[in-house]
Amino acid sequence: MEQSSEIILKLNNIEVMYHEVILVLKGVSIDIPKGGIVALLGANGAGKSTTLKSISGLLKHEDGEVTDGSIEFMGEQIHHLSAEEIAKRGIIQIIEGRRVFEHLTVEENLRVGAHLRGNGSAIKERLEMVYHYFPRLIERKNVMAGFISGGEQQMTVIGRALMAQPKLMLLDEPSMGLAPLLIKEIFEIITKLNKEEKIPLLLVEQNVKLALTVAPYAYVLENGRLVMHDTSEKLKENPDIRDFYLGLSDLGERKSFRQVKHYKRRKRWLT
Amino acid sequence: MELFLQLLITGILVGSIYALVALGWTLIYKCSGVLNLAMGELTLIGAYVCLTLYHWHIPFILALLITLAIGFALGILTEVVFLRPMVGEPVLSVIMVTVGLSFFFKGMVELIWGTDTVVFSPPVFPIEPIFLGKIVIGQVYLWAFIASIILLLAFVSFFKYTKWGLSMQATADDEMAALSLGVNAKVVYALAWAIAFMAAGVGGTLLGNINGLNISVGYLGLLVLPAVVLGGLNSVPGAIVGGLVIGVIQNLADGYLSRYTPGGVKDVFPFFVMVIILLFKPYGLWGWIRIERV
Repeated sequence: MEQSSEIILKLNNIEVMYHEVILVLKGVSIDIPKGGIVALLGANGAGKSTTLKSISGLLKHEDGEVTDGSIEFMGEQIHHLSAEEIAKRGIIQIIEGRRVFEHLTVEENLRVGAHLRGNGSAIKERLEMVYHYFPRLIERKNVMAGFISGGEQQMTVIGRALMAQPKLMLLDEPSMGLAPLLIKEIFEIITKLNKEEKIPLLLVEQNVKLALTVAPYAYVLENGRLVMHDTSEKLKENPDIRDFYLGLSDLGERKSFRQVKHYKRRKRWLT
Repeated sequence: MELFLQLLITGILVGSIYALVALGWTLIYKCSGVLNLAMGELTLIGAYVCLTLYHWHIPFILALLITLAIGFALGILTEVVFLRPMVGEPVLSVIMVTVGLSFFFKGMVELIWGTDTVVFSPPVFPIEPIFLGKIVIGQVYLWAFIASIILLLAFVSFFKYTKWGLSMQATADDEMAALSLGVNAKVVYALAWAIAFMAAGVGGTLLGNINGLNISVGYLGLLVLPAVVLGGLNSVPGAIVGGLVIGVIQNLADGYLSRYTPGGVKDVFPFFVMVIILLFKPYGLWGWIRIERV
């Protein structure tokens, strides 16, 4: 890895099994530098969400287990800890699909985010900070979260994670099902959060183009294996990435599916 | 008209007790998805504990507070010992565990306190009724109503304003999301049982003050079902309204219909209503039909 700055999270060759038989991740190693943004790319079912869940400990609630390798957060091994303990240490996962607490108001949602973090005045301060980044939520704060728009729900969910004073945020597909303009807005806020609050991010995204713009470094997963990792600049130039993920030919033009010849190149990736 | 008002008011007063117990039931269902068929026995235990304390010459208010404390502890104990090992097991198995619990608790109560009817003696509340115009209200009913309302308010503000209350609601909504924020689901389940035990205990105590106390007070646990079905299984306000309505329906049925039948209308009628509700409004009045955004 070329980034020389301090590593905050280190996945060391982890292997993940579900129900003690299904091997989902087969040796994944990821480094996240302090204050950095790292993207995790891959097709459906490649193991991206599983990777996030193994870090946040939510895996254990789906009968999954890290069977090999180790996960180190700020120099401490965390893969055997419970989800609660891991959240206490500051790793907050924003799970896929805008999972707001539908029957609570927006502000109550945010308050639940501060579950692990203390008392009245501290919560008030955090709330103000969240409203500063998501001014749209102010007018919605007393509305039941089930009734607000998709974009606002995504903002609520990110704001809720922010309430927990995260030292590392794991974002699972924040762009899913949102209009392009909203996606842009949300990603601007995410980048701003990273810059101003110095919160490191691990970002899972299907929108590869967007992810490579936001994150300076990215990993590519396929079938539970790490097949590639590099700076975003280099990945954007990589012919395989251009073909499979960006849908571009070497000339930078759209390519027809007939020319791709998927199977030939995929084989080389799988082994 | 006077008869109607009389029945209505008594119904509301008794219904507040049902509301309290229904709230406890709903809470367990909402937070952990467990359909608790041992609710009646929880009311029995609370009632007998309070009665025993009272007969040890502890003032009633204090006895009630101690009952709440014991209920809290027993609730957590029950969850940890009997329900926790069942987390993740099929729903039916968990329901069967609560059926087992119901027999177990009933057996324990009979073993410790016997099967004879006992009453709070000396009576806790003055026997002279209060007259509102032509309507007569027993003081027992009035005080039971006041106690239930105070407790209901306490529980509702707990959910609305405290950290753990909010986290319990959050867990009920989306357990995975709550977990990701560091909410400990085990604590939430235990708290739900603790609160249910507390509510049931007070409900049982109040009913015991009205009719005297024997195993049949546990029948309240069944009566809670029509109340929560009416309110929609997972709505706390729904459970409260459901409890009140069932109290009223029961009293009206008793007052108007029992003279035409050999008896028992009072006990059957709430279930009759429950079947009707299930036919026409399966989600109850405030149940969660999934919120759909358009």
